[in-house]
Amino acid sequence: MFDVLTETRPATTTTDVLTIKDLKAYYINEHFGVRREVRAVDGIDLTVRRNEVYGIAGESSSGKTSLIKTLAGAIRPPMRVVEGSVKFDFGGKHIDVYAEPAKMKAARWQHLSYIMQGSMSVLNPVRRIKHAFNNFAYRHMGLDPTAFRQRVESHLQRLGLDPNVLEAFPHQLSGGMRQRVTIALATVCEPEFIIADEPTTALDVLVQQDVLGLIKEVQGRLGSSVVFVTHDMSVHAAITDRLAIMYAGRLAEEGPTQALFDKPQHPYTAHLIASLPRIGDITTRKSLAGKPPSLANPPSGCRFHPRCPIAIDRCSKEVPQMLPSATGGRVACFRAGEISVQ
Amino acid sequence: MSQNLLELDHVTKRYGVGGLFSRQSITAVNDVSFSLASDRPEIFAIVGESGSGKSTMAKMILGNEVPDGGRLTFDGTDIGTIRTRAQREAFMTRVQPVFQNPFEAFNPLTHVDTYLYATARRFTGADTRAQQEIKADEALQRVGLSLAELKGRFSHELSGGQLQRVAVARALIPSPKLIVADEPVSMVDASLRMSIVNLFRALRDDLKVSIIYITHDLATAYYISDRVIIMQKGSVIEAGNARTVLDHPTHPYSIALKNAVLPPDPKAAAAAIRQRRAMVEGV
Repeated sequence: MFDVLTETRPATTTTDVLTIKDLKAYYINEHFGVRREVRAVDGIDLTVRRNEVYGIAGESSSGKTSLIKTLAGAIRPPMRVVEGSVKFDFGGKHIDVYAEPAKMKAARWQHLSYIMQGSMSVLNPVRRIKHAFNNFAYRHMGLDPTAFRQRVESHLQRLGLDPNVLEAFPHQLSGGMRQRVTIALATVCEPEFIIADEPTTALDVLVQQDVLGLIKEVQGRLGSSVVFVTHDMSVHAAITDRLAIMYAGRLAEEGPTQALFDKPQHPYTAHLIASLPRIGDITTRKSLAGKPPSLANPPSGCRFHPRCPIAIDRCSKEVPQMLPSATGGRVACFRAGEISVQ
Repeated sequence: MSQNLLELDHVTKRYGVGGLFSRQSITAVNDVSFSLASDRPEIFAIVGESGSGKSTMAKMILGNEVPDGGRLTFDGTDIGTIRTRAQREAFMTRVQPVFQNPFEAFNPLTHVDTYLYATARRFTGADTRAQQEIKADEALQRVGLSLAELKGRFSHELSGGQLQRVAVARALIPSPKLIVADEPVSMVDASLRMSIVNLFRALRDDLKVSIIYITHDLATAYYISDRVIIMQKGSVIEAGNARTVLDHPTHPYSIALKNAVLPPDPKAAAAAIRQRRAMVEGV
């Protein structure tokens, strides 16, 4: 089945479907004149190309969820976009998320959809699965109810689900099946752009592998772009084409996944990869000292410098810019490429 | 021959499900036997996916669930015969738990150091706050923290890795012989996960504490454990030396589990996903 897919998959084009320019989104709280800013997304530039899986890795509180919320245009106060722009290009249809909110609303689900983390909290526990499809997708498809139902059923079948799940309640399905239902829900309109936020974190290893295979397969068939967010580096290794490492609200490194794993340029990336345990290898893995910085009061200069094993004076004073790296990506580090991977 | 620290002898646990008329029973743990020697501390891993009965095992070892068949013996006493409060406290002094999610284990409205004082008061007889603080600080030093940095802090002010270390420090206060850790690293961030795993190794080597490490992550199980049992639907399907079992699994389920561990290398991982996909499609 995979061979067939590779044939029908359109050739990768370099047209960018998403362009983010110098994006800054802060949580701003003001109480009794005391202003508190949490700089969750602080100056991020990135582009996502058509027909690729773009991974975003980072620990909790590194701002990765804030980033995807911002790019989906799904932010609420106290979060605010302070600077920068998010622009989509859906096959010639240009949308500036923060300049044209009405256009964005129409594009949602049809062009841009979302696979969420907790499948149990996405699906209404007291309503059958079919209602979720009606609520999310019906009005975007422009089909009459019978045709819509047929379309949903054939889509479920392609994802290896029995159409009878439409009549089931969420609690009657296993975790893996529910996660497949949310993938079906996100892909039924065949969107160009899919955001997947930790879709496999709560799943068992065997189910995780199935869900990853399914996402990859759907992505290949639709030729859409997927932004895949997780803190698990081995999941990124399995599914992403390009990978961005986020640390404390900024990008630390970005590049083709294979190159990033082979030759990490940033010390943080190198650490993340070196600390992965492998079966067949019992050499001691080092852990990083310290803890992830608070985004309300981040360290000066490079935000990684207090935990960095190769930090120099300059790191605490200047902010490193994202510059082209030796391995075909970009990296923000004054000593890029100097760390050796054990 | 020395006495065993913990011995499980054909332990079985069933749960009843359903209503009054459609009562059914599910066997969560089915005829499991193993023992830990008291003179040789070790990390013993219980591996399996959700629903395999590994958490029920933890509850039974901690004395929170009573087995329906078989016997659990700790240091010569049958855990099922614990009746009085004094017996229970004596047992808890020697067996301590570490839970999965540190953010749920600590009340967000309580200072985290309060838990350390309460444990010190209950199990070591430290009556005054000064004595409790000494006990708490000793335990925190062992896990690489100090009371000075934790005093008066709430759980949301600490990272997952730090909180999980506080949980381990709390478990260490009564100087237990056995720590039961149920998925202790699955909620901890990638960069801090290895610090917890390395801590367990240090506890075994320096403090001679035995650890029952329950996980679905074969890679960390391979990294730290001495012996391993793999469970499926309540039964042990493979047991033995961790390296031997995980290097050369023989049961089809263990092989599937091992293959499901994504290798941290893009080419190999993508190949593994494709292989699994082809297998599922082929069935």
